[in-house]
Amino acid sequence: MNAPMIDFAASLPHARPELLLVGFALAAILAGAWFKDKSAGLLSGLGVVVLLAAGGVAILDRPLAPVPIFQGSLVVDGLSVFAKVLIAWSSAATLLLGADHFAKTNERRFEFPVLIVLATLGMFVMVSARDLISLYVGVELQSLAAYVLAAWRRDDAHSSEAGLKYFVLSAISSGLLLFGSSFVYGFTGSIHFDAIASAIAQGAGGVGLIFGLVLMLCALGFKMSAAPFHMWTPDVYEGAPTPVTAFFAAAPKVAAVALMMRILYEPFASIADQWRQVVVALSAISMMWGSIAALLQTNLKRLMAYSSIGNMGFALMGLAAGPGLGPTSSLVYLALYLPATIGIFALILAMRREGVAHETVADLAGLGQKRPWMASMFTMLLFSVAGIPPFAGFIGKLLVFRAAVDSHLIWLAVVGGIAAVIAAGYYLRMLASIWFSPSQQTLQPASGAIVVTATTAAALTFPVLVLVLGAIQQWAEWAVGRSF
Amino acid sequence: MTGWPLLSIVTFLPAAGAILILLSRSLSRGESAGYDAGVRLLTLIVTAATFFVSLLAFAAFDPNLQAFQLVENIPWAFGASYHLGVDSLGMTLILLTTFLTPLCILASWSVSKQVATYMVLFLLLETLMIGVFCSMDLILFYLFFEGGLIPMFILIGVWGGERRVYAAFKFFLYTLLGSILMLVAIVAMINIAGTSSIPDLLRYASTTGFDPNVQIWLWLAFFASFAVKLPMWPVHTWLPDAHVEAPTAGSVVLAAILLKMGGYGFLRFSLPMFPSASHFFTPMMFALSVIAIVWASLVAFRQLDMKKLIAYSSVAHMGFVTLGIFSGTMQGIQGAIYQMLSHGIISGALFLCVGVVYDRMHTREIAFYGGLVNRMPVYAAVFMLFTMGNVGLPGTSGFPGEILTMVGAFQINAWFVAVAATGVIFSAAYALTLYRKVALGDIVNPKLNGIADLDAREWVQFVPLIVATLIMGFAPHYILQFTDGTAHAIAAAYNGAAP
Repeated sequence: MNAPMIDFAASLPHARPELLLVGFALAAILAGAWFKDKSAGLLSGLGVVVLLAAGGVAILDRPLAPVPIFQGSLVVDGLSVFAKVLIAWSSAATLLLGADHFAKTNERRFEFPVLIVLATLGMFVMVSARDLISLYVGVELQSLAAYVLAAWRRDDAHSSEAGLKYFVLSAISSGLLLFGSSFVYGFTGSIHFDAIASAIAQGAGGVGLIFGLVLMLCALGFKMSAAPFHMWTPDVYEGAPTPVTAFFAAAPKVAAVALMMRILYEPFASIADQWRQVVVALSAISMMWGSIAALLQTNLKRLMAYSSIGNMGFALMGLAAGPGLGPTSSLVYLALYLPATIGIFALILAMRREGVAHETVADLAGLGQKRPWMASMFTMLLFSVAGIPPFAGFIGKLLVFRAAVDSHLIWLAVVGGIAAVIAAGYYLRMLASIWFSPSQQTLQPASGAIVVTATTAAALTFPVLVLVLGAIQQWAEWAVGRSF
Repeated sequence: MTGWPLLSIVTFLPAAGAILILLSRSLSRGESAGYDAGVRLLTLIVTAATFFVSLLAFAAFDPNLQAFQLVENIPWAFGASYHLGVDSLGMTLILLTTFLTPLCILASWSVSKQVATYMVLFLLLETLMIGVFCSMDLILFYLFFEGGLIPMFILIGVWGGERRVYAAFKFFLYTLLGSILMLVAIVAMINIAGTSSIPDLLRYASTTGFDPNVQIWLWLAFFASFAVKLPMWPVHTWLPDAHVEAPTAGSVVLAAILLKMGGYGFLRFSLPMFPSASHFFTPMMFALSVIAIVWASLVAFRQLDMKKLIAYSSVAHMGFVTLGIFSGTMQGIQGAIYQMLSHGIISGALFLCVGVVYDRMHTREIAFYGGLVNRMPVYAAVFMLFTMGNVGLPGTSGFPGEILTMVGAFQINAWFVAVAATGVIFSAAYALTLYRKVALGDIVNPKLNGIADLDAREWVQFVPLIVATLIMGFAPHYILQFTDGTAHAIAAAYNGAAP
């Protein structure tokens, strides 16, 4: 826990992934100011490379034990490395999809790669935050970039509404986060996580501390769109441009879950009995509501919004389960959930006829006849997200169930099982449209970026995954073992 | 031959065929009649080859050994492993699967819509079904067990009848709800026993044993899954819909193999792993079985649709299976296994019989037909044989199973068996009535005047089934000896823990 503090200059080499992102973002703004939107394509391409590289550097620099940097305000440990890799690579995939999409719709602007990279940087700070200030800075950096991205189509009422709604509601949750943090600070006398932990161990706190913790959990629940703090999700998902929605559905979820994991298992580990009920409730409500509310949706993006709410419920089940199998299962769950979600959004992006995007369930009709490959990929990805074996998502659900049963939360696993069956209802509705309905006009051929992303994602849900699954699990175990 | 991973080959050969078809489709671009014919032929060859390999596995299998054989064990992730193996129960069901699938492909010759996709799904389904019967790891078992829903869902939904979408949803969601509870129970078992290997769990159950109170819950969760799959009264309602709407070959696979997964599950898990809970629930299982036998027979009697009638008769026959299984006696378990095999062949054949006239007239309505014997004498004879098998006439495969299950259950409770025995009479009533209405009498409906008798393909499809029915009817001891060891082990595990 109390590794020696490292000063600023010595900290820099440990922050190489972050520095890479900062450097790129600043350079790209400058280049964009100079060359305007002509440079958008090139910058996006470079952005993808930089994001992939940031993930790679994070792996190369993985520490053997947690290294606190910048006077202990950030930490490089297993959890942060694991989360950074997922975040960076899924951001890279969504940036690729977005650059490709906006080139088609003539909305190319150089700010897009900059904002994605800045949001990613914010998430990097979130997952390595070790005190309340850097936690808040990370959350805000990510959120501010996300507001702009949601309102990307300035002249489109839906997109502007999405941006505004996201901003207003998210600001409230940031307020809650600060409010909660101030309680925690007030009752423990420190902003550093290890100081908070030792203060709690010595008996600091009481109701005020719990109050602060619950407020923080509510705010983080909002950021990861866990019910009952999910209200913004369907509207923002529907209103934002599809690649931006794909971005929202992927990386920020990992960041929020990882951040919550760090808070719960580091400073507040000793009062697990207090927070467990909250996390269990968040998990159960998210799973059930994500499944039930989606049943009547017709817009694919709204459907996916509820699907992500439900899936966050499953990821939270791992957190609620507590030490042992819990954190590992959540991390594996996220690692398996990400590619499937991004793949589904890639396929939604491919649903264009004569330059117009189609995004309702009815528009999927006849895909099985016209585009059997695309339909097969859709099938694999949807079954994976639904958690039906033999696809990857099933393994994720199996692991969180196992963690829950291990800590005597069998009823939560049963609730999750029932939610999974209800959720299967709407995934099947999409599949029924794909396979059973008579075909409509043919879609435009999909672009290379979409094909690459969707094929990779589909391959990861089954054939490739069978071989690398053990590696992912060991990696997550390593990450948890090198943290906290 | 011993060095070969025979079970893996049997399991994944069909999947390899499916990949081959997918590759050929992306190379050939566009589907022509010639291409479709090639795909059909390729599928037939692959499934026939699978049957051949399963015979090799059968030859390598020694029924006198108690242990699981042809074992392959490769560690995988999180404690689970790729672990295959069979005992004689698994072996017979694998043979049933590989034997029936080529016949199903023959019966699907007339499918003309999206032939390549159809065949790919069918091959994947075969892989998943075989996998269920040879998985020796709980998680692997669940992967195969649940995965089978996916191809079946699409098969019913795309190639089914008028209400196919409804039937496909009902089939999928019903079965999923049952299975997901089993998943939670599987997780709990792994947690308690610390292993997901089925042989190890069996050993654990016979030595340490699961806590009797925990057993009750685990048993109920497994029951939820297998009772839906089997299906038992009152959770059978998905079956008539799925059977009626599925394409002919889909109905055959559903009735002949997918339903057997329920019986297999009871025999493999419920009885030997949760013996005290099985004892506890025996009265309930007997009651449900007897209700299924009598009630489903009565319902079958009033059906207007041929497929629906056979579907309800399946529910009744599966009632005998559960009656035999939960008697826990040697005769009962032997009879249940026998009844499962026999039902696989006979109900499969009956669905094929319906398929023959459906292909010609495109209706399954009983009232539409009548007097087919005048135009289709061979068909009428074949139909007659399988109707008799369905009734359980001595000399057909239906008889030994029914009589053994009743003998087995009689030792436990005579009253239930007395009621169940009336089911035999009812089954004669509905089956013979069906036969009379469809095949006998004069041709009243003028549309039937031009109907043709069996063609060469249909001959090929029925002959193996006829042979199997008669052999199993006249010489049951071959199979009974083969399954003797396994039945003995299950009965011993169950009775060893008797209170």
